[in-house]
Amino acid sequence: MQWEVVIGLEVHAQLATQSKIFSGSSTTYGAEPNTQASAVDLGLPGTLPVLNEQAVAMAVRFGLAVDAAVAGRSVFERKNYFYPDLPKGYQTSQMDQPIVGPGVLEILLEDGTRKSIRIHHAHLEEDAGKSLHEDFQGMTGIDLNRAGTPLLEIVSEPDMRSAKEAVAYVKAIHAIVTYLGISDGNMAEGSLRCDVNVSVRPKGQEAFGTRAEIKNVNSFRFIERAIHFEVERQIELIEDGGKVVQETRLYDPDADETRSMRTKEEANDYRYFPCPDLLPVEVDEAYIEHLRQTLPELPAEKRARFESELGLSAYDASVLSASREMADFFEEVKDVCGDAKQAANWVQGELAGRLNKENLDITVSPVSAAQLGGLIKRIVDETINGKAAKQVFAALWDGEGKSADEIIESRGLKQVTDTGAIEAVVDQVIADNPAQVTQYQEAEPDKRGKMIGFFVGQVMKASRGTANPQQVNKVLKDKLDSLS
Amino acid sequence: MALEHSDVLRAAHLARLGLASQDAEAYVEDLDRILAMVDQLQQVDTDGVAPLAHPLEATQRLRADEVTESNQRERFQQVAPATEQGLYLVPRVVE
Amino acid sequence: MSSSIALHDKTLSELAQGLEAGEYTSRELTEAFLARIERLDGELNSYITLCREDALRDADAADARRAAGNAAALTGVPMAIKDIFCTEGVRTSCGSKMLDNFVAPYDATVIEKLKAEGVVILGKTNLDEFAMGSSNENSHYGAVKNPWDLSAVPGGSSGGSAAAVAAGLAPAALGTDTGGSIRQPAAFCGITGLKPTYGRVSRYGMIAYASSLDQGGPMARSAEDCARLMNVIAGADPRDSTSVVRGVPDYVEGLDYNLKGLKIGLPKEYFGEGLSEEVEASVRAAIKVFEDAGASVQEISLPHTHLAIPTYYVIAPAEASSNLSRYDGVRFGHRCKDPQDLEDLYKRTREEGFGDEVKRRIIIGTHTLSEGFFDAYYIKAQKVRRLIRQDFLDAFDQVDVLMGPAAPTPAFDLGAHKDPLSMYLQDLYTIAINLAGIPGVSVPAGLAGKRPVGLQILGPHFGEQTLLGVAHQFQQITDWHRQRPEFGQEQA
Repeated sequence: MQWEVVIGLEVHAQLATQSKIFSGSSTTYGAEPNTQASAVDLGLPGTLPVLNEQAVAMAVRFGLAVDAAVAGRSVFERKNYFYPDLPKGYQTSQMDQPIVGPGVLEILLEDGTRKSIRIHHAHLEEDAGKSLHEDFQGMTGIDLNRAGTPLLEIVSEPDMRSAKEAVAYVKAIHAIVTYLGISDGNMAEGSLRCDVNVSVRPKGQEAFGTRAEIKNVNSFRFIERAIHFEVERQIELIEDGGKVVQETRLYDPDADETRSMRTKEEANDYRYFPCPDLLPVEVDEAYIEHLRQTLPELPAEKRARFESELGLSAYDASVLSASREMADFFEEVKDVCGDAKQAANWVQGELAGRLNKENLDITVSPVSAAQLGGLIKRIVDETINGKAAKQVFAALWDGEGKSADEIIESRGLKQVTDTGAIEAVVDQVIADNPAQVTQYQEAEPDKRGKMIGFFVGQVMKASRGTANPQQVNKVLKDKLDSLS
Repeated sequence: MALEHSDVLRAAHLARLGLASQDAEAYVEDLDRILAMVDQLQQVDTDGVAPLAHPLEATQRLRADEVTESNQRERFQQVAPATEQGLYLVPRVVE
Repeated sequence: MSSSIALHDKTLSELAQGLEAGEYTSRELTEAFLARIERLDGELNSYITLCREDALRDADAADARRAAGNAAALTGVPMAIKDIFCTEGVRTSCGSKMLDNFVAPYDATVIEKLKAEGVVILGKTNLDEFAMGSSNENSHYGAVKNPWDLSAVPGGSSGGSAAAVAAGLAPAALGTDTGGSIRQPAAFCGITGLKPTYGRVSRYGMIAYASSLDQGGPMARSAEDCARLMNVIAGADPRDSTSVVRGVPDYVEGLDYNLKGLKIGLPKEYFGEGLSEEVEASVRAAIKVFEDAGASVQEISLPHTHLAIPTYYVIAPAEASSNLSRYDGVRFGHRCKDPQDLEDLYKRTREEGFGDEVKRRIIIGTHTLSEGFFDAYYIKAQKVRRLIRQDFLDAFDQVDVLMGPAAPTPAFDLGAHKDPLSMYLQDLYTIAINLAGIPGVSVPAGLAGKRPVGLQILGPHFGEQTLLGVAHQFQQITDWHRQRPEFGQEQA
């Protein structure tokens, strides 16, 4: 039987506010336990929530970025359940009337095709604290620093049909929230967390299969692997005559499997009702319009501009616009050097390769955008050739100079274009390699092109890479051919 | 809507209220009569009436996004039943 | 009034004048009240916690402030606080075993305001556990007795505050009112109590029972005293989203009210079955006083009145069930011994920490919010709530104020309503006011034997100034508010 995979995602993005959604506590990551848990965050008797205006603005900006209807009126509700990391015994969230209505997000697949994924809605809610399971006198420790951090929960329709699409979707969400500056998108610190709903159905069947929800999958790689595992598990189960149970599962990256979350509980009954401590949130047209005017350029717009204005290929434009950091870096390089294509090649080639190798993010690149732009500028104006450029890049990476110009100067890497100087080196190389010259002369003319490479290499070596390769080629060819 | 013994036990469990099954009996009787009184509401015609959550129907005021709280852990944990290394302690949570 | 009146019988306003005139210091005043409480409260049980040291320190500070010429209107005046308002460094129990060990680490907004004014806090008064009750018999700290008749309840849930003020153990007190908890005990104890418009007084630091109904307010010897306290505690609070941003009038200025032409509505539903004859007689006599002073009276209908109690017993327990989930033995309050696991920690802590009535309401609220019942109960109740509010909005299109009894009977005997449902039905005249969010004041209007009767006056949203003006004018004509129980007099 042919199976079709159906995936829907709930992405929780921690909003990059200074203070919490309902209190004036800091949201800084990594503080000592419970030092950022105020009376309100602890749910001390008598305390009350007051909504953070930036959390609202950020949610609205997200809504605008995905062409969603922003609700003029949204309502906070209480989701009631007991858990030690939930201080009040309820999570303040939005259920029936979320702030962001249906929207749509375009994703880009590896083969270059695009697909629209519908967003069901996005709503504001507060994060819970953390349980620390190290042994404290046989007990669990609770840190409530994270409690009350604003979250935007972005709920997709079940529109994805493969793990790759799911990953592309999360990457697109990541790009949008970081472009908007509403989340730092740091998955390792939990700033972006995903719950993945997976089901399978026979190809051609319209009705959805029973889904399992995989909680808290927190890296692109884990999302892909968790889905792969879960899909195989479900198909095997059904093909063996079993049934998929609707349940919550946990992905264990070490075992590379999903496991049912052990629960003695009957189905949860969260008893949602409007939070009586908070009033309906109203945003008017003028406010929404104001936020719309101040939206930054978004990934899709940037990609289009990279293609149309800068003449980049569709592929280059997509890669370079995928994250705000990447796009900002590229644009700075381009502005400094004045050549978009060269900038694109270097950012995606030499720089990306080296960053990848050292497992570094572009935000901490040892070679700054200004430095790289300065380097490319010298390639464009033919001060240096490509070979020397690589040396300069390596030197910049290793911090051996402040700028490309400084390194070019101190190492004498300036390209030699003086024909007389090149001819002298060429003559010397010919004189030093009589055997190869003879071979060259005896070769069929159509084989000579390949053989000339040896002489070019020797000339470049002798000039410490500074000779202009095109000139070297021409002079060598002329001289060698005239010898025969 | 009559209230069953099982409803009381279920609600007590959802509310994490320890309630021995025999104690629940007494509650069932009281609560059943209270709900019978509440059931008068079912007779009221409320077609076209919007629910009223707050008496003044005002809208939410927003707070500026500023950090106004400082660390008061010592003070707050003085009233806590069990803490260690700044953490609140609870019986082992198994996930 | 002359200074021949004993200190403990004076009104807050008179005591403020005496301080200003230098007749006594705040320390003398505070010591006099503390001594009186220590002598007499063993019998009444109106206080849970006495703040002797803090009070004397604050009294000295108030005297110093007055000496420096910086005294505010109520600087140095002592008062009592219902033990539902968080007071920094002082146990705030809410009448519950759950919070018996809870020393609040912060001040409620109204407490901050009172402290800034220089008011001296004598102590924290008794109440029904988490303000759930109408008789003060649901307190972990025991029942409170009514100083007018020690076999009667003081009303609830602000029973300790009402009894303390009536017995001269405090000139005034702060109470809270979710379904009548200021007005009914004020009526039972012969004092004046105002429930302000929902949102007029900050709820921050006031331990929540039912958030969309709770409101704090003054309980005192006169409408004038209530006005002076309202001048201190009313106003928007940035820490309470439901407090209302709206100018606060000078309530003392509003006392100078002309009753001539005042249009009074009498809701016929408040004079029906269940109203005791003696209460009705006192209330009608009081209304006659207004008519004689030039007010007009007309009958009004609030057709959804009979639905107020059913509506309340859906909405209040639902909100309470959620509000009380935070008492889980983790961050503050009671925690059971040696919990075996998480579930045991929650269940035993809450079983031990909460009393019967609180459990009852948590179970009702949890049940009505749960799947399959939510629409039929909660949403339905919210719709009826709108109808109930509309009754009042319509009434205030026709009249300036509504008048009627605060409770169907005078204070009942301790133990009279063992059945919770029969207790609930006692709140017939007060509960709708909280559902509608309007203000109401109860003023002493007679005695039924030894037990006081309260006249309830209701106004439109933010009509406190009018209510207090009308009540004050009544108190200029009558002296019911000047009557004192025999309790504690001979020892004075």
